[in-house]
Amino acid sequence: MAVDSKGYLHDPGSSGAVLTTSTNLLEDLINWSRRSSLFYLLFGLACCGIELMQTGGPRADIDRFGSVPRATPRQSDLMIVAGTLTYKMALRCKLLYDQMAEPKYVISMGSCANCGGLFQLAYSVCKGVDKIIPVDVYVPGCPPRPEALTEGFLRIQELVKREKLKQKFRPSRGPADTGAGYEVPELV
Amino acid sequence: MPALSPEQIHQKLTQQFGEAIGPLCAPQKDPFCTFAPSRLLEICRTLKTDPELAFDFLQDLTATDHPKENQIRIVYHFYSYTHRHMLVAKCELDRASPEVDSVEVVWKAANWLEREVFDLFGVSFTGHGDLRRILLPDDWVGHPLRKDYQEAGGYQGISNVRDNTLNLYLDADRLMAEEKSKQAPPVPEKAPEAKAES
Repeated sequence: MAVDSKGYLHDPGSSGAVLTTSTNLLEDLINWSRRSSLFYLLFGLACCGIELMQTGGPRADIDRFGSVPRATPRQSDLMIVAGTLTYKMALRCKLLYDQMAEPKYVISMGSCANCGGLFQLAYSVCKGVDKIIPVDVYVPGCPPRPEALTEGFLRIQELVKREKLKQKFRPSRGPADTGAGYEVPELV
Repeated sequence: MPALSPEQIHQKLTQQFGEAIGPLCAPQKDPFCTFAPSRLLEICRTLKTDPELAFDFLQDLTATDHPKENQIRIVYHFYSYTHRHMLVAKCELDRASPEVDSVEVVWKAANWLEREVFDLFGVSFTGHGDLRRILLPDDWVGHPLRKDYQEAGGYQGISNVRDNTLNLYLDADRLMAEEKSKQAPPVPEKAPEAKAES
């Protein structure tokens, strides 16, 4: 944050928002603390899971952004769907997503999670995580390197930076496909 | 006792079971013969208990689908750790109602293998203690490794159709082109000027 020529607090990262009210300041404080402690749910489904582990490991070290793995959805803010999602797992994926507390974010990691990838023609593979849950960031790759996932994570941080207090839930970034059948909570 | 060659094993089995054992196939890496499904369990018990054969390990149990011959063939791979020899056997079943005795009572390993074959081919194993799907969800319709399997179009309301993302870009290109043409209508081509002095 910086003070501009007129003496206003100014955060160049938050799309040029000018801090004029205490709500703004509070918002920024909350968003800052939130994005600096995005705990992710361990949800490795296939080979992407190995890269996910590497991202948490000492070399890529996603911990330096305040993100550590959690083994339960109830303590997680971020779900990284890493790997091929089968129909059987899709139902569990939806269940885990529902168990996470708001605000929650989803990274779809790798080609399989994005669209079914290599296994798109298989009878048992779900054609993309966004058929089940709303996805915020898609990370391409097969599998993506830890650097790519870190980049995706930084994009999520930018999303958190733009959260507004007035919105109890963030607006839906739902799937293009409406056949998923999940409900997005309305804005307050 | 030494390891037996597939020919020796086949000969030994033919002596004991006669017609129930089919002819051995032409020499190849893993020569196989067929077992009559009606006497399969009997043969398998002999395979395991006979001291000369002593097949103590069921390596693999799988199936193949042959719609033209109207058959589903169960493929058994047996191995003996005692004698270090192996045998491949097949059971030819009717495709319309494939049914065969379970060999779970002989080799415990057959339990999950037979469940998998049931899951993907729909073969019912009589005498199996716990014959239900092992890989696919319990409410799945059909047996996907059959050649004539048709996808049911998704699962529990999850669509199995995904639009080609490239189409989005193509649409965008088309829309942009339309916008452009609206802003500046194409200039009608002028008639080529007559070249005067040439």
